[in-house]
Amino acid sequence: MEWIYSDKAKEHFTNPRNALKEKERFEDDGKGTVGNIKCGDEMLVAIKVDKKKNIITDCKWKTYGCASAIASTSVMSEMVKGMPIEKAYHISPKDITKELGGLPEHKIHCSVLGDKALRAAIDDYYRRNGMEEKIEKENAKIVCQCMNVTDKEIEHAVLEGVRTLFELQERTKLGTVCGQCKEEATRLLNEYIRKHFK
Amino acid sequence: MKRKRVYLDHNATTPIHPEVKKAIERSFDNFGNPSSLHYEGRRARASIERARADIASFIGASPEEITFTGSGSEANNTILSMFVCPAMSCTYHAEGRNAIVTTSIEHPCILETARCLMDKGIKVLYLGVDKFGKIKMEDLRKILETKNVGLVSIMMANNEIGTIQDINQIAKIVHEKGALFHTDAVQAVGKVPVNVRELGADFLTLSAHKIYGPKGVGAMYVKKGIPFCPLIRGGHQEKGRRAGTENTLGIIGFGEAVRMRKKEMAAEEKRLAKFKETLKKGIEEKIQDVLFNGHPADSLASTLNVSFRGAEGEAILLYLDMEGIAVSTGSACASGSLDPSHVLLATGIAAEEAHGSIRISMGRGTTAGDIKYVLKILPKVIAKVRGMSTAYTNK
Repeated sequence: MEWIYSDKAKEHFTNPRNALKEKERFEDDGKGTVGNIKCGDEMLVAIKVDKKKNIITDCKWKTYGCASAIASTSVMSEMVKGMPIEKAYHISPKDITKELGGLPEHKIHCSVLGDKALRAAIDDYYRRNGMEEKIEKENAKIVCQCMNVTDKEIEHAVLEGVRTLFELQERTKLGTVCGQCKEEATRLLNEYIRKHFK
Repeated sequence: MKRKRVYLDHNATTPIHPEVKKAIERSFDNFGNPSSLHYEGRRARASIERARADIASFIGASPEEITFTGSGSEANNTILSMFVCPAMSCTYHAEGRNAIVTTSIEHPCILETARCLMDKGIKVLYLGVDKFGKIKMEDLRKILETKNVGLVSIMMANNEIGTIQDINQIAKIVHEKGALFHTDAVQAVGKVPVNVRELGADFLTLSAHKIYGPKGVGAMYVKKGIPFCPLIRGGHQEKGRRAGTENTLGIIGFGEAVRMRKKEMAAEEKRLAKFKETLKKGIEEKIQDVLFNGHPADSLASTLNVSFRGAEGEAILLYLDMEGIAVSTGSACASGSLDPSHVLLATGIAAEEAHGSIRISMGRGTTAGDIKYVLKILPKVIAKVRGMSTAYTNK
């Protein structure tokens, strides 16, 4: 019977690649953890870097999460091996889901943590090697002044399934006081839907 | 070679009983409209009334107290929705009783209907549960003291953790305060003895597909003399209580399913209780850091809910599925929502333990060999999931 996942996602879930084994010694050059098990997923990514060539030579991971979290981290770990660190730094959830052959829409948010954990690991690498200037801060911009909602929060909401302004408001309370930001919020909403789902 | 499937998700739905299948097959030509006066109509009517009588007798009711619906969910929606009748003439609402009491562990068809009633001006009060999933009688008394409660709706057996409430005691307290009492007994009927008179219910919901009958047919018991208002209007069927031409084949199947339950229930529940003990012991012996959810004694013999620390439920479910085992989970990821099981959270366990829970619900097809197989596969699956987990370190 058909799974809700693609064959490739199913295959990665069945035989996850590069999972960090419990007693395995992995001398990483950078390591990052994101997420929270209370919310249902947490991810750790550890990388080895060829410092001369600035290339990721190995990537290991651990995850507390569902099948799509496991599959997307597994596929990501394969994608970034041999990849220039700058390029890996900008890998997006869409790149990962594309490589997986797609994910059901309500599962997309599970693939978001993989690239975030990878960026956290690269940040850690930069920090350890005195390259803090390369760390890109997520410059969140406040959209709704009244309720203090940022564009990053809108993007996050879209990744978790929000599609309409009404849903966005239910979730973030954006635009529920003066309402001035509704137009910009709608524009951003559509932009993020295009970015991640179209 | 294709492995035999081990189906352990009977609380979701059950396979059709072979006798039910036969009964439906025999009836395929029984096509008449049960409301018609001619022979074809009368034949269909007779089959429906036979099923009604058998179902009524199974739960200690009279046939005229049973109304067929399209599902248990529809029955629950109907019963709760009566309390917003704007005419306020056909229900207890007339006495100014504009509040409903229910629990935090009900099926979504109760919780979402209740939420909708709130928007329509009905007060809805929720009872919490203890760590085993039981409501406390003192909480019920207290909630009934202060408010104008017209209806109390409390499920008999919980679908996720199997905990059985003390319905008889609850009904007494509710009636002392002059409110009506409904119990959603979809998971209880056919698994434990249910007698509406002994329980003291004014309304009770049951469903065919949880007891080896067909999907798409449920029923509600409405005690004689209790005010009633239909949800689906526009026909005189079911004495005006549920419009729409009756699902004759479904109802015939429902009747046969109940007849079979009457025969098989007692022995089967004993058998499943033993399996549950074996499972519980086996899991405890073979897997560390587990937590059993639900009441240790007052619980469905067929239902075992267990949390595995540091392992996520959807991953467990899918790895078990690959090995031929079907279970369900309270994890958010499997449901498509972002929140884990509201039932498990209501018992006070941590969200991460709710995410890591699975529900094993056995049934008449479950064998000792199935249980042995689960105890062989489950430890491997948990070890695999935990091996990849950020949230588990082996001791």
